Amino acid sequence: MNFIDNPGKLRGFEKHIKVEKVSRRSILKGLGITGGFVLAAPVMTRQAFAYETGAGKMPHGVVVDPRVFVSVAPDGIVTIVGHRSEMGTGVRTSLPLIVAEEMEADWSRVKVQQAHGDEVKFGNQDTDGSRSTRHYLLPMRQIGASARTMLEQAAAKRWGVPATEVKAVNHEVVHSASGRKLGFGELAADAAKESVPAIEGLKLKDAKDFRYLTKGQIGIVDLHDITTGKARYGADVRLPGMKYAVIARPPVTGGKLVSFDPDAALKVPGVEKVMKVQGWPWPSKFQPLGGVAVIARNTGAAIKGRNALKLVWDDGANGKYDSVAFRKELEEASRKPGLVVRQEGDADAALKGADKVIVGEYYIPHLAHISMEPPVAVADVKGDKAEIWAPVQSPGGTRDDVAKTLGIPEGNVTVNVTLLGGGFGRKSKCDYALEAALLSKELGAPVKVQWTREDDIQNGFLHTVSAERIEAGLDKSGKVIAWRHRSVAPSIASTFAAGTVHQAPFEIGMGLADMPFEIANISCENPEAAAHTRIGWFRSVSNIPRAFAVQSMVGEIAQATGRDQKDMLLELIGSPRIVKPNVKDLWNYGEPQDSYPIDTARLRKVVELVAEKGEWGRKVPKGHGLGIAVHRSFVSYIATIVEVAVDDKGKLSVPRVDTAIDCGTYVNPERIASQIEGAAIMGLSLAKYGEISFKDGKVQQKNFDDFQVVRIDESPVVTNVYIVPPNSDTPPSGVGEPGVPPFAPALINAIFAATGKRIRSLPIGKQLEA
Amino acid sequence: MIKVKINGQEQSWDGDPDLPLLWFLRDEAGLTGTKFGCGQALCGSCTVIVDKEAVRSCITSINDVAGREVTTIEGLHPNGDHPVQKAWRQVNVPQCGFCQAGQIMQAAALLMDNPKPSHDQIREAMSGNICRCGCYQRIENAVHLASTGV
Ligand code: FES
Ligand code: FES
Repeated sequence: MNFIDNPGKLRGFEKHIKVEKVSRRSILKGLGITGGFVLAAPVMTRQAFAYETGAGKMPHGVVVDPRVFVSVAPDGIVTIVGHRSEMGTGVRTSLPLIVAEEMEADWSRVKVQQAHGDEVKFGNQDTDGSRSTRHYLLPMRQIGASARTMLEQAAAKRWGVPATEVKAVNHEVVHSASGRKLGFGELAADAAKESVPAIEGLKLKDAKDFRYLTKGQIGIVDLHDITTGKARYGADVRLPGMKYAVIARPPVTGGKLVSFDPDAALKVPGVEKVMKVQGWPWPSKFQPLGGVAVIARNTGAAIKGRNALKLVWDDGANGKYDSVAFRKELEEASRKPGLVVRQEGDADAALKGADKVIVGEYYIPHLAHISMEPPVAVADVKGDKAEIWAPVQSPGGTRDDVAKTLGIPEGNVTVNVTLLGGGFGRKSKCDYALEAALLSKELGAPVKVQWTREDDIQNGFLHTVSAERIEAGLDKSGKVIAWRHRSVAPSIASTFAAGTVHQAPFEIGMGLADMPFEIANISCENPEAAAHTRIGWFRSVSNIPRAFAVQSMVGEIAQATGRDQKDMLLELIGSPRIVKPNVKDLWNYGEPQDSYPIDTARLRKVVELVAEKGEWGRKVPKGHGLGIAVHRSFVSYIATIVEVAVDDKGKLSVPRVDTAIDCGTYVNPERIASQIEGAAIMGLSLAKYGEISFKDGKVQQKNFDDFQVVRIDESPVVTNVYIVPPNSDTPPSGVGEPGVPPFAPALINAIFAATGKRIRSLPIGKQLEA
Repeated sequence: MIKVKINGQEQSWDGDPDLPLLWFLRDEAGLTGTKFGCGQALCGSCTVIVDKEAVRSCITSINDVAGREVTTIEGLHPNGDHPVQKAWRQVNVPQCGFCQAGQIMQAAALLMDNPKPSHDQIREAMSGNICRCGCYQRIENAVHLASTGV
């Protein structure tokens, strides 16, 4: 791939790109920073938690340095830096909690401080890919253990006893032989003078001594502020002299402004100025689309002003994008051979020779993230310095992009990370912060750019649209002997490079080429598809269409052979083993295969666990049905059972959801449950309603009335979550995203059980009403 | 000059009388606890209480509340200990938290009107408030808890 101009800075493409093994130390030297204990890759310890992750290969890798992350004040208050972005997963609580656990800090005397965007200092900050706990459990433990060791050494020196005789316990260091004690605060100054211990010699706590980790019921640090309106999101930043901006952007991706008439807008009370915003030709990664900004004394006036603008656009090459026609194109492509991305045995021959071939054609449209907080950013640019306040998932990437866009050194850009009112991948793209920076530079004043919901839906980075076609060949006994899966969808890579027609390796590795079934003849193919709008990561990404297709197909095979869905699923998964697909450099969420193999024992386990706890096979009332699905994504294993009820008018409701997750070693089960509960809602939303469609190049939906999401009165009555207890050496894996993919197919399989109707095209919409 | 009482304090406005209350609260009065989610009365993020009723401040003009009493999340309880707020914390409701001020205000208004709502009534009354993170199960439980005593 030649489209990457600066691979080290391209987010989320880590396997797709060449990662240079640069020494972080040399970079530090180059920047004139000395000291700091910085690693290019996580260090193996001799502890039980020894495993390797892909953390070191992320841009800027991992920093394990207590002096960067921990400070202790003389009054004993311990401040721990949270360097990932909080968008609802609880990461701002869980990573500092890990540090507190290891350093024996009392959580009630811990304050969390949000890091600004600085990856040289803090290590990688891209909060996406369900990576935070996976990549930082061990480093945060090491940071906590280093801090604890430094406090212990300081106390031992003060008392003139060997360090081996003292021990940190709940915010103080104790010398039990003499009964002496010193609080962390009393030791703070001395501890800061201690040298940072070598990682190799650190002793991590025994899991049986954990006070917080794995225990659950730790409330998030922002709980009180959120419930009292004090929590500060991007939109809540107010600076003296700040202007409010709302932008009219081209309605068609790649479109350009021809002319505009600002007069009516300028007459709106409160509107101060109307100005052009620089745009970049599509595709241009996260650069702004351009358009016309209305600057006002408050957001309400800016919106009213924008509504009054007269605008003429040149729609450009995508002006004919039409979802109905495009769907036909994708489906036709799926019926012809495409680029083979995985081949085992001879699927062609086996399908020809099969006793029975079952064909499923599935369609999943574009989706919009619509985080509750629409994109918003504040920028204050003065001369060659820029300060940004924004809800961004990628503060380091934002800093780079702001610097590049303004043509100033990266060191002159400060990115303050606010709370994110939801992210779901949308806020990994910092176009809104770039818009604010451009406007602030031109106005010479701080500016807040507020996207409306309409902007969010119509000018976003959408989840792709895909046609998935699976052919399963069965022998006389009903055993599946051939599997051909063709997946056709515009790639996220199209947002970075014109002319992209194939899926990127990281997309191919999301439920297509990593398919875990034990089948002798497999062909996975990726026919061509071009993009006509901006495509971006959406929570769980390509796993949504792939899990939908694969797990629906399991239901279809069960249906055709008169088998129980769960038995069919287990039969297809096959024996407990490590699956090694015949794919060169199969993308594994950026993780090494050794630590994170495709383990069918774990896959089976979640199916069996959810079947047991979720009472698979239980009798349900008439009109109800049970469906099951399992999917491995973000190196976690998740199985879901949905009970659906469909009334005689075709209206569906969900009385009960059961989900089992194996995410390896975990931190805060309470937040895992909340993520899974939320994933069920998001899964139900996309299954029931999720569709962004285009006509004449324009998105046809505008707001929550025509792009609906599930509300409380239609949400599952109860969602039960079961977490597989990890072995002591199971590495942590993803939680934020993997709950989404299995939901829709489990629901669709349940609908079949309830009604005998097989839904193959999402959203369900009115399909059950006929 | 429009006068309105917000969280017990008299405020005045002599700008555009059609300005939505939401933007007056957030941008002019600096009360940013009330959130913008849709601007079209579709999501409930901007819910405030006017006199005793939950209203969507995004489609309510400042003129419409002239002479009335507006309560926002900041004014619901001096220490943030309204039963709904306490219940919210006990049940660990929020994920990202962005919808929660609106949810809490809607729930507080519901309990003023119906101190002991059934689960169906809770689901009905809260159905105008979207939570994209999907905290609904906990919202329902927290409203129930608030109604039975925290
Ligand atoms: S912002 Fe008012 S209801 Fe959505
Ligand atoms: S908590 Fe995120 S939208 Fe409700």
